[in-house]
Amino acid sequence: MSEHHKETFLTKYVFSLDHKMIAKQFLITGMFMGVIGMLMSILFRLQLSNPGESFAVLEFFLGEKWAPGGVLDPNIYLALVTMHGTILIFWVLTAGLTGTFANFLIPLQIGARDMASGFMNMLSYWFFFAATIVLLYSLFVESGPAAAGWTIYPPLSALPQAIPGSGLGQDLWLIAITLFVVSSLLGGLNYIVTILNMRTKGMTMSRLPLTIWALLIVAILGVLSFPVLLSCALLLIFDRSFGTSFYLSDIIINGEALHNTGGSPILFEHLFWFLGHPEVYIILLPALGIVSEVISVNSRKPIFGYKAMVGALILIAFLSFVVWGHHMFITGMDPFLGSVFTFTTLLIAIPSAVKVFNYLATLWRANIRFTPAMLFAIGFVSTFITGGLTGIILGDSALDINVHDTYFVVGHFHIVMGLSAIYGMLAGVYHWFPKMYGRMMNKKLGYFHFWVTFISAYGVFFPMHFLGLAGLPRRYYTNSAFPMFDGLSDINEVITFFAIIGGLVQLLFIFNFFYSIFKGTKATENPWGSNTLEWTTPVERIHGNWPGEIPTVERWAYDYSKPGADQDFVPQNVPLKEGETEH
Amino acid sequence: MMSILVGLIILLSVIVLVQILRVNELVSEVKDQDANEITDKDNNIQGILTFAVFGVLFLGFVLWQFKYWGVHILPPASSLHGATIDTLMNFTMGVILFVFFLTQPILAWFAYKYRGRKNTVPYFYPHNNKLEVIWTVVPTLVLTPLIIYGLNVWNDITGVDTTNSKIIELYAKQFNWTARYAGDDNTLGQANYKLVEGLNVLGVDMNDDSAQDDIVTREVHLVVNEPVLLKMRSQDVIHSAFLPHFRVQMNCVPGMTTQFGFTPTQTTAEMKEQEGEDFEFVLLCNKICGAAHYNMKMKFIVETQEEYNAWMASQETLKNTLTLN
Repeated sequence: MSEHHKETFLTKYVFSLDHKMIAKQFLITGMFMGVIGMLMSILFRLQLSNPGESFAVLEFFLGEKWAPGGVLDPNIYLALVTMHGTILIFWVLTAGLTGTFANFLIPLQIGARDMASGFMNMLSYWFFFAATIVLLYSLFVESGPAAAGWTIYPPLSALPQAIPGSGLGQDLWLIAITLFVVSSLLGGLNYIVTILNMRTKGMTMSRLPLTIWALLIVAILGVLSFPVLLSCALLLIFDRSFGTSFYLSDIIINGEALHNTGGSPILFEHLFWFLGHPEVYIILLPALGIVSEVISVNSRKPIFGYKAMVGALILIAFLSFVVWGHHMFITGMDPFLGSVFTFTTLLIAIPSAVKVFNYLATLWRANIRFTPAMLFAIGFVSTFITGGLTGIILGDSALDINVHDTYFVVGHFHIVMGLSAIYGMLAGVYHWFPKMYGRMMNKKLGYFHFWVTFISAYGVFFPMHFLGLAGLPRRYYTNSAFPMFDGLSDINEVITFFAIIGGLVQLLFIFNFFYSIFKGTKATENPWGSNTLEWTTPVERIHGNWPGEIPTVERWAYDYSKPGADQDFVPQNVPLKEGETEH
Repeated sequence: MMSILVGLIILLSVIVLVQILRVNELVSEVKDQDANEITDKDNNIQGILTFAVFGVLFLGFVLWQFKYWGVHILPPASSLHGATIDTLMNFTMGVILFVFFLTQPILAWFAYKYRGRKNTVPYFYPHNNKLEVIWTVVPTLVLTPLIIYGLNVWNDITGVDTTNSKIIELYAKQFNWTARYAGDDNTLGQANYKLVEGLNVLGVDMNDDSAQDDIVTREVHLVVNEPVLLKMRSQDVIHSAFLPHFRVQMNCVPGMTTQFGFTPTQTTAEMKEQEGEDFEFVLLCNKICGAAHYNMKMKFIVETQEEYNAWMASQETLKNTLTLN
């Protein structure tokens, strides 16, 4: 692998073994799915702000059957909500985010020529691709795609009689997610092995960039939790297709009493959230890693408290395995268990607070260069604070009683997990684009993209807290059935307005992305003045990353503006000067 | 025709955008600048914008929402335990708003204050153990009372004494609610899903002695200041019994019985005086359950003992309903 071998079109762009190309495949697939997921949200937002009104755009996308006369069908509303969640959580923010940056950054930043197993890496993408095809196909089946919510709680997800989406659509959903888990495990194992075994000389664990720390921890989380999701999905497949009763008991549906007894839907919830909660951090941690890197580089200052940052990442990851019950406070679970989960959940606030204060301390007395990436990173800190704080309310079992499953939750997780992770991902794309494509993204479009995104995103999600505090449940096709919610229509209109603006401006980003791939101004080898090893590779993409020897690492990644240095950054491969101490 | 037009418009916008970018880059080339290099001017503009948007516009928007949309927040709880939840909520909300209005302005201010300028030398400051200990310990100290207070409230709510509570069953199915009063013996008769037939919509076992005085209703009447214990069952999928005004929520899960005990403290009439004539206590479904999930409701009425007695006297026992019809 050490030599730049000959590549055909097929091995270069399609069945590529090069981690950089695989990263781009993940990124572009993720962006494609992101557009679809976003479009779905705009379609159901139209129904929520203007219930029962006819929209040509609904009929255009959904057809006469699912949006008769341009009015969204209630079952399809639920299907759109379900697919929006599934696509954004798994396809965009798990595969699109981790798949892109783990593949791209791990070998480059640790000084390796490629992943430990290039073939497994390629398989990981193609399993993901297959999962994507199956999921997209489910949008076109007669009974519609899965519609039981992205959490697919049985019995709703188990019984086609309960909702049409639980027919073939749900089967395809389960197949897609199974393929997805395989992809994620192939990737995750590869990331762990590569980081642990293939670091270049001198790259000790305490010199790893925070991006790599975050990606390592994410990979471990994924490898430990995704198999549980797989077993959870397999049992559901058995219940659906082979007459078992893992999750089903004492059910009458459509007037027919089913034979199933003894199962428990609560078992499903435990299994599901054992993945589901770590999944939140699988989404968030790569963003934390990317943001740490971007903030440090563009502040021209070392990240404040490197060890505390690593410690906080590890602590958050550990805690994420013992908090899943906070999704289940009101399922009738033993109240004592509820107490334990409240305790562990609120503990997460401590390492999170440490991270926020460390970011603020990094910005203190900095010399901030406002690249679009830096703006998204600062935006991340803002959403991380806002969304993290409302988590203190939801994590408290007593308070959760009245806001559980309301729009308060929707507002909370979209800000802390959705926006933060998307901001992290966009920061990463803007920041590493020159290394990915050898060209720069247009900065003016980048600025415009950021400001419209930032304003409209808060415009969409902050008002949702008020809907939730007014008692409005999520996943309601319309709130017009309850007079107590009549006053909320102005809030809903504001949300939809900002959703449309925020959605449209993402198209501008995609335009900028593809325009810059072909026409952007040429990038230099290290345009941001960064210390990490990827910026020592040539602009021209080669399989094997470095034309000559792999550089050796002599220092940590954050020597920015170090007193006594010749310039305001000192790459990791530059040896310590005589008498210079490591940070 | 319409789609062709839309397609054309999109194509034209892309072409226009491309041309704008080309002109922008050519102008920079003429001036011998790199179009995408971040200049001091950029830093200045973006720094000021960050302060204006993060620090002024966003925080102003938050305050504006509290002022104009705060009215939509649910009225104070109409139940005994709900009042303790409200107090805890206000306390927690106070703490998080304090932290919010402390950290967000700092972020905005730092971004503005330390916006980049050529020749500025930032302060090399990799760590400070004392500071890091402080901002680990302070959040811990803030969280400790929050956790202890929260757990106390939770224990009070879930451990409430229900020995004297009137027992009412809530039965959920796609897409409506049915209630069953336990009658004079305050014991619900056994039920089994296989016995659901005709008018016996809850599958009550009529051979059970305790079932004889059970009363099935389509709305729930409660006596003010008298404790009740709701027992929930579901016929098909998971539903969730949500009574936002009482701060009550509990899932209804097929195959098992869940429960929630509480005491209403306000009558519907009193609430109508406070909140307007349209006010009703209402039970919603708050777990996705199918197409008409959004329309699954039942009325709750809280009234005086006399009013309740009068209403109860007009209700038929399940036994009578089944035998007389």
